[in-house]
Amino acid sequence: MKNVGNPILKVEGLTVDFLSNDEPVRAVDNVSFHVNRGETLVILGESGSGKSVSTSTVMDLIDCPPGDIVAGSCLFDGTELSRLDADARRNINGRRIAMIFQDPLAYLNPVYTVGRQIEEVYESHGEAGGREARARAMELLQRVGIPEPETRIDYYPHQFSGGQRQRIMIAMAIALKPDILIADEPTTALDVSVQAQILDLLRDLQRETGMALILITHDLEVAASMADRIIVMSAGKVVETGPAREVFSNPKHAYTCRLISASPDGDPAEASNKRATKIGSETLLKVEHLTKEYALSSGAFAPKRRFKAVDDVSFEVRRGETLGIVGESGSGKSSIARMLLRLSDPSSGKALFSGEDVFEMGGKTLMAFRRKVQMVFQDPFGSMNPRMTVRSIISEPWAIHRDILPRHQWKERVAELLELVGLKPDHADRYPHQFSGGQRQRIAIARALASEPELIVCDEAVSALDVSIQAQVIDLLADLRTRLGLSYIFITHDLPIVRQFADRILVMKQGKVVEEGDTATLFRAPRHEYTRGLLQAVPKPKWLMSENEPPAEGADVFWSDRPRSGSFSG
Amino acid sequence: MTILLPDTKSTEEPGTARVLHAYLKRDRLALAAAVFLALFVLAAMLGPWLVGDAASRLGLRQRNLAPFSLEQSWIYFLGADTLGRPILARLIVGAQNTLGIAAAAVFSSMLIGGALGLVAGYSERWYSHLILRLADVIMSFPSLLLALIVLYTLGPSITNLVIVLAITRMPIYLRTARAEVLELRERMFVSAARSMGAKPVRIILRHIAPLVLPTLVTISAIDFATVILSESALSFLGLGIQPPDFTWGAMVANGRGYLSTAWWIAFWPGLAIMLTTLSLNILSNWARTVADPQQRWRLQTLRKAAR
Repeated sequence: MKNVGNPILKVEGLTVDFLSNDEPVRAVDNVSFHVNRGETLVILGESGSGKSVSTSTVMDLIDCPPGDIVAGSCLFDGTELSRLDADARRNINGRRIAMIFQDPLAYLNPVYTVGRQIEEVYESHGEAGGREARARAMELLQRVGIPEPETRIDYYPHQFSGGQRQRIMIAMAIALKPDILIADEPTTALDVSVQAQILDLLRDLQRETGMALILITHDLEVAASMADRIIVMSAGKVVETGPAREVFSNPKHAYTCRLISASPDGDPAEASNKRATKIGSETLLKVEHLTKEYALSSGAFAPKRRFKAVDDVSFEVRRGETLGIVGESGSGKSSIARMLLRLSDPSSGKALFSGEDVFEMGGKTLMAFRRKVQMVFQDPFGSMNPRMTVRSIISEPWAIHRDILPRHQWKERVAELLELVGLKPDHADRYPHQFSGGQRQRIAIARALASEPELIVCDEAVSALDVSIQAQVIDLLADLRTRLGLSYIFITHDLPIVRQFADRILVMKQGKVVEEGDTATLFRAPRHEYTRGLLQAVPKPKWLMSENEPPAEGADVFWSDRPRSGSFSG
Repeated sequence: MTILLPDTKSTEEPGTARVLHAYLKRDRLALAAAVFLALFVLAAMLGPWLVGDAASRLGLRQRNLAPFSLEQSWIYFLGADTLGRPILARLIVGAQNTLGIAAAAVFSSMLIGGALGLVAGYSERWYSHLILRLADVIMSFPSLLLALIVLYTLGPSITNLVIVLAITRMPIYLRTARAEVLELRERMFVSAARSMGAKPVRIILRHIAPLVLPTLVTISAIDFATVILSESALSFLGLGIQPPDFTWGAMVANGRGYLSTAWWIAFWPGLAIMLTTLSLNILSNWARTVADPQQRWRLQTLRKAAR
């Protein structure tokens, strides 16, 4: 990589506060970084470490108030950005600095075709219009790897898969050939294999256009596979900076060491696993031939089509055991969780919990079952009522099941539970939005524990969290299992995590179980080619890649970016 | 992007009223609105006792007296109407009927409409469809016709007037509440509550209603003016307030014919209606901010860092 010439962007001593009722909260504290043309700078850090805030300031996306830029300068190509007026900044945003975001569905307008949205980029900056804009949009779609751009250009965002939407976002971002592309967690919401393809695309585009790339991520593998240089942020400060290889192979700061050792990947996982030491012989839950079908809407004269989200799945969970269910999005793993919790009804099949069929329960038995089985949801932001304090969130199970705990003991028990999951008792009076993602997931776990359950279903419970937080939450879950004798069903798309934690693993693909076995065996000798593909899709460090290596082998074979099922029924 | 708040030192817990008072002081406009509304309510309660029978005393010499003249007594400051009755006194006395009827009608339509909307949105049973069709019928039925039917079957009275007003305004709340519930019930925290075994009543009241309420309150504040004006229309038909009793709406209707010669007859009650609605709007906006934990910072003291 060429690192010559002046940096295209130079941020110096940036300090940003967020104002609140009390002392202002320092989100970014004296942060300096620069990026050269053609270079990839990775900003690595946990959520809440200020990595997004520092780049949002460059794009002028921070609302003031509650934001408050205390100090610092952003030099873009020799111009001080904060001195420019709104018009000049708009002209730089999009044309010279472009940004892509984590959730492409939220940033694409659902009522316009993707072609129209890309054309608008050209039109709003006065670059091209009409027929020429359309031709260029088509060219772009082709470039970012959307098949059949001539017809797909007139499709709406919902007709594309998650990976394709991210490609479209990238197409819009690079439409005007920007000097800098800022990618804020561009692959976090995607499956491993799709993630590898998007990262390849970004690398290729960078090689072609020579733009600078600033990649914000919490994912060590992504960081390692993309970075030329890396800055690591923690609590608003830059704690380490340097060439990627150096930072990864020889971390200096305590935080970097912790982050790198927290990564659940690699052989040490085998040695220091958190699997159960003793598993009871008693079967807690036995699922037999579980099937969930959806009728797809189709044309008036076409025969009714059926889509099997879950197809004849059987498994069992013993007391004190952790069962991992692994699969990519759309493999039916979340449907299983929803059915087990009686949030949706199965088409056929049985689930015996301590010998009783869950799907036949009603009235008192169902209430008792709801007490013994709890769920921790994927999204700690969505699974708690934003208007309720932590205290009322955690004590809700007691309000529902009156016989667990008398009301005067609630306050005390909430404090105990908060301490059990590693929070402070005086956090009880706060609201969910005042906590970070990891803390919120701890609150969700505390709530699940409140009703003293026997089985906890974790649906992607740690996927939205950062590596070091993931490790902490897994530690917590493992510890609670030993102390309280819990069983878990752990649903995830992330293999390294289950490798550490699950005793047995179920691999699912398109609603079917393709492989089942205990964890060590499955990782040592995966039998099914789908499992092997999953294991290979994890990104490799950039410095280990040879120049002409074919990108992410295996990925295209198993999951090309296919459209979501049912999108083309019209 | 997450914002982490530092550990707040737990100083002594201030009471809720204290906190609300502090929030109100931070929003000058809301404070002014609150003071203004309090004045109106006071006038409505004490008015008849204060101005006595001045409001209905005819004065041939003061017929269509222009405002801002101090030759007559202070009570004629805002002018007088076609029969020489002082407008200021009439505004004060009329406040009681006006605000009472409007508040009762708006409150009951919000309560009934909101409750039905919650049920219609959350449940998928037959009655939720029934509720919706009922709302459609009410919306497509001319309110004046409904008023006439009620007038002939039940006879004119203030209660019947409130009933008619509440029924005709109800579908707005019902539809809005239902639309919000449809979105909210798919949210993850509702699934979480269901998986814990919460009964529908609890989910609706604890989890959904608190998030729907701010919208309904905002709508009702806007609806207040509409209700005051349609009240006067219904009274004109003979349902509800009859002369010699009167309301602001009736005063506006009275003055309409004299707009070119004596604008003040319709202007002052119109202004009173507008100011009331405006104050309610500002206040409901403030209440919405207070109720939302993520917006509350706008009313809190923000201290900047030294630089």
